Amino acid sequence: MAQNEIPRAPSRFARARNSDLYYSFTRTPVAIVSAAVVIVLVLAALLAPLIAPHNPFDPGTLNLMNGFTPPGEANAFTGDYFLLGTDDQGRDVFSTMLYGMRISLFVGFSAVMLAMVVGVVLGLLAGYLGGWVESTIMRIADIQLTFPAILVAMLIFGIAKGITPPAYRDQMAIWVLILAIGLSDWVQFARVVRGATLVEKNREYVQAARLVGRAKFSIMIRHILPNVLNPVLVIATISLALAIIAEATLSFLGVGAPPTRPSLGTLIRIGQEFMFSGEWWILLFPAGTLLALALSINLLGDWLRDALNPKLR
Amino acid sequence: MLAYIIRRVAQSLLVLLVTGFVAFSMFSFVGDPIDNMLGQERTQADIDRLRGQLGLDQPFVVQYYRFLEQAVQGNFGLSYRQGRPVSDILMERLPATLELAFVSGFLALAGGIGLGIFTAIRKRGVSANAIMTVSLIGVSLPTFLIGIVLIYVFSVEMGLLPSFGRGEVVRIGGWTTGFLTESGLKALILPAITLGLYQMTLIMRLVRTEMLEVLRMDYIRFARARGIRERSVNFRHALKNTLVPVITITGLQLGSIIAFAIITETVFQWPGVGLLFINAIQFVDIPVMAAYLMMISVMFVGINLIVDLLYFAIDPRLRVDRTAAGGH
Repeated sequence: MAQNEIPRAPSRFARARNSDLYYSFTRTPVAIVSAAVVIVLVLAALLAPLIAPHNPFDPGTLNLMNGFTPPGEANAFTGDYFLLGTDDQGRDVFSTMLYGMRISLFVGFSAVMLAMVVGVVLGLLAGYLGGWVESTIMRIADIQLTFPAILVAMLIFGIAKGITPPAYRDQMAIWVLILAIGLSDWVQFARVVRGATLVEKNREYVQAARLVGRAKFSIMIRHILPNVLNPVLVIATISLALAIIAEATLSFLGVGAPPTRPSLGTLIRIGQEFMFSGEWWILLFPAGTLLALALSINLLGDWLRDALNPKLR
Repeated sequence: MLAYIIRRVAQSLLVLLVTGFVAFSMFSFVGDPIDNMLGQERTQADIDRLRGQLGLDQPFVVQYYRFLEQAVQGNFGLSYRQGRPVSDILMERLPATLELAFVSGFLALAGGIGLGIFTAIRKRGVSANAIMTVSLIGVSLPTFLIGIVLIYVFSVEMGLLPSFGRGEVVRIGGWTTGFLTESGLKALILPAITLGLYQMTLIMRLVRTEMLEVLRMDYIRFARARGIRERSVNFRHALKNTLVPVITITGLQLGSIIAFAIITETVFQWPGVGLLFINAIQFVDIPVMAAYLMMISVMFVGINLIVDLLYFAIDPRLRVDRTAAGGH
């Protein structure tokens, strides 16, 4: 290769490999392990129709005789074998868990997305425009912060349930859950984005953009937004763990995913009933999965926060 | 200072007005209660009679005004599901929740402050590190799972403690208490631990961080240099300054104990207001939901207000700072 050749711009992949974030990742065993756990669980949830030995939503494949088969043993009547046992209706626990995780993750991701979009937009508007827009948005945020998010989510769920006609309640429950958890969690994003925007809007590059006559919204989205995304990413990760736990809690309380389309929380609710009679596997496996998922996402969030914020070290 | 207090009280009232509006809108926009209350074999006359009885034939503004008027007096009408006055139902259920919240709040405070001090002083000790690691898991563990694990260990496996209910209660006036009977006290243990554990880990981590911060300060080093005993440095000099931020956060946490009681009460079928609220959501029982919302917002706003004012009483420096910054 000639000495005077102009070096090519590094590819996206090379840039990612040389970044501080990647360096920090490879040197934090906790982050690697939690990332591996999250990836395995997400893949298992995504590929549930391929991996799951049974389809828990197809009543035709269920056999009530298979009910309460312990894990790793053949059923006494039918001789069928189930890896993690079956529940009272003869549904394969492993399969319902995979499908349940799909719903938990879907609700968690969508709720965080909703919270993020609402929070970032309102935070940008509040920080950049100031004045009555800012005071209205932040006052609403203050009022909402007076109450714990889970309570707000319950309330939104209750109201939305009242509005939807009874015939559609089960179908709509998932969307109502997303709405409830998402709207209960936007304040975090709005506060952080507003704070960062207040700092950024006085920087030279924003003044320059204003000087050449770019529109307000274009400045907010093209110029300020990319520079306030780091803290948003951290909050989103931690929010994801909280949202998954919130979803599980609501479903467990019976104000979330319906038994016909169970999430991990619904499965734990079902499993709890059989704890007293000794069928521990119906409860243990969904609960363990939920814990592994929430804990590893939390640990990833912790690592991300430290890695993106060198001042904390 | 007076200006700050007035502003703070006005803000609290605003929060209450907004939640009041939310509570009222639930009545106006959510479904038709008549459908829920009357069975299949209803006649138009039944519907009209009930509509008039509940005041649902009045215009929106009149209904809102009547709602506010009644709400201030603690009257939220009849439960759609039970057909009894909501305030009666709430009053019946409230002692159970308050007793549970009180005990777990005490547990969280005592345990959290004690363990926080311990882990801060023995920063490098093995047991302190073990406590910190366990607390990290405790933060990630959802409340209802803690409850289930406790039930499994102490009720199902060991058979020591009851897994649901409140045990026998003694009635004193309008208040029912489980403190006076053996079964009542036994029934209280598991729910109180479940509810208090999460707050305890939070308080513990907070106390530890604050304490470590304070222990690094010059005046502590100076106190050590003077030869003051370690115990006295830790508890008389350091702890006092640690407690200022702890009190605020803890005060706010007490509010959330009442909210999180919803989860604990459901796990243990504890007959308090939280369980009532969950059942109200399941059956879309709007008056109960609205009353619970109003009750809990009065509690929250009250606690927030008291904590804010307490801050002034504890830390004299703030009185100067706030008034200077506020320009009053």
